[in-house]
Amino acid sequence: MEKNDTIVLETKGITKSFFDPVENKVLQDVTFQIEKGSFCSIIGKSGCGKSTLLYILSTMDTDFEGELFLDGQSLRGLSNLQLANVRNEKIGFVFQFHYLLEEFTVLKNVILPGIKLGKKNKEALEHEAMDLLKIMGVDDQALKRPNQLSGGQKQRIAIARALINKPLIIMGDEPTGNLDKHNSEIVFGIFKELANEKNQTLLIVTHDEDFAKRTDRIIEMEDGRIIMPKNV
Amino acid sequence: MKFFPELIPPQCFISPNDMKVFLILDVSFGFLMARFRQSLVAAVGVTFGVAMFIALVSFMSGLNNLLDGLILNRTPHIRFYNDIKPSENQPVNLSSNFRNHENFISSIRPKDQGKEIYNSKAIIQSLKADPRVIDVAPKAMTQVFFNTGIIEISGVVNGVEMLAEEKLFKFSDYVIEGDIEGLVNSSNSIFLGKGLADKLLVGVGEVIQITSPNGQISSLKVAGIFQFGLAEIDNATSYSSLATVQKLLGKPASYITDIQIKLTDIISAPSVAKELSKVFGVDAIDIQTANSQFETGSKVRTIISYAVGITLLIVAGFGIYNILNMLIYEKMDSIAILKATGFSGNDVQWIFIFLSIIIGVSGGLAGLAFGFGLTAIIDNIPFETASLPTIKTYPIDYKIIYYVIGIVFALVTTFFAGWFPSRKASKIDPVTIIRGK
Repeated sequence: MEKNDTIVLETKGITKSFFDPVENKVLQDVTFQIEKGSFCSIIGKSGCGKSTLLYILSTMDTDFEGELFLDGQSLRGLSNLQLANVRNEKIGFVFQFHYLLEEFTVLKNVILPGIKLGKKNKEALEHEAMDLLKIMGVDDQALKRPNQLSGGQKQRIAIARALINKPLIIMGDEPTGNLDKHNSEIVFGIFKELANEKNQTLLIVTHDEDFAKRTDRIIEMEDGRIIMPKNV
Repeated sequence: MKFFPELIPPQCFISPNDMKVFLILDVSFGFLMARFRQSLVAAVGVTFGVAMFIALVSFMSGLNNLLDGLILNRTPHIRFYNDIKPSENQPVNLSSNFRNHENFISSIRPKDQGKEIYNSKAIIQSLKADPRVIDVAPKAMTQVFFNTGIIEISGVVNGVEMLAEEKLFKFSDYVIEGDIEGLVNSSNSIFLGKGLADKLLVGVGEVIQITSPNGQISSLKVAGIFQFGLAEIDNATSYSSLATVQKLLGKPASYITDIQIKLTDIISAPSVAKELSKVFGVDAIDIQTANSQFETGSKVRTIISYAVGITLLIVAGFGIYNILNMLIYEKMDSIAILKATGFSGNDVQWIFIFLSIIIGVSGGLAGLAFGFGLTAIIDNIPFETASLPTIKTYPIDYKIIYYVIGIVFALVTTFFAGWFPSRKASKIDPVTIIRGK
């Protein structure tokens, strides 16, 4: 697939401060753009603000200064309900922990955001979910409960869930942080494949330098600022 | 390039899209099943609350009706009589010298005008023509002595028209021996209270002697024995026909001391009593004034039973509240991921409200069935007491309204028990949960 240089995500001067107990700027003037189809990682030492930045980008944290554009649209001033819909439709999440609902089968966990979006019926969603699980190599686990699966399998299912609504961007917060080398490799391979073959945009926060080095682009942060690349 | 506003429909409380409601219900149900045991315990709490509420209120109300009936069924809605009153026009009031003074000298004593209601025939006729009146029962009452050996027991004979008495007060319900036909058909017969008959050592068919206030001694045949369940009445009261009492007293057939009526609308008794008292020039007392203490008693009993029943439901509500709080604490991760993947605070709130409502509805419906079963059991428990000859089992008042109140209150309680924790759930910040891992 050919790469498309449309900008999916753009930040302008994002600054965030905590005031407890004294003013402490965790993010200072963070400005960058992410093009469609790029596989991008944010690295930095623990406490540099990379996770804080990710949660601002994910619309879950709205307490910041600066501008955030997703798909060309400013997210400033949207209500919580509107932001929830943005997350539902445009953003897929993969966290360090899988966060699968123990009450439901794997298949149901994957289609849940799709039902919430309400654009396709259950049969169509289940069909798509099975395709995704097949890509992840866990289609044979579809009717099991998450607690019957291994950590690596759970994380692959979480990726399938993130993909069900065909999001503009997938955001990951240390998605391999809890996995061993072998499973990390599998997950990285899946991300890479998504980026290369499906032109899927990915933004992954990690402190694993090996992981970061193999992505298309690295944004390195220190003390709340982007230090590399210098000028974006 | 798409813009968001057109993608995001203005949403109300629940999304109009049915599928989303089902989704929320589905998730609620999933959470419910994850904590099936505790949910079951919570539902049983509601069941217990509703069942006890229904049983309690039905039983209390049945008991109230029984106790009220004990007095009120036998009490006329309005009774006309001649009261002994002090003379209203004391001489000092007539003096112009003391017109503007506060007068307290009452030199003229009450006159004995007799207890007879004058012009009783005309009054009865006009009452019978009144559409507000169900029926009229005249009565001639007198004090007598019942003679047994050398002892004279003071008591009362009520001379009544037995058919009217039966129609208004269901006299036959209280007859434990004999038949009321005995009073209708033969003169010189008498019905004695149970206690009185025991003291006189007589049974049905025997003859007793009574002394009337004018000293005349008469023999009357005991035709039956009644028991109202109130010792003071059963120990000193007897019933005979109107004509017999008139004969005892040596009075003409027009001699009547009381006129008792029942109205179609008991609530209007006080105002009708006032009006008719003026029209006929006799004293009148209405049932509410005569028995105000019974109404107070019934009210207090009703309030107590509702208070206890509703307390049970509120306690059940706290059970649900606790379980939901626990569940929310346990499901923090799930709530966080639901929010991260696009469920709004409202959606999350509805998940937990539905959860609570599922518990409330299932528990409440079971409670209705158990409540009915419980009342049916109480209704069959033998309850025999000497004072209530016609009652064989505990009284139950079956009314659909108690069931409606029970289920409505259960639903309201569970809604609020779910609403408060669900608000907490809706406010959970996914970032705090996810970053905390």
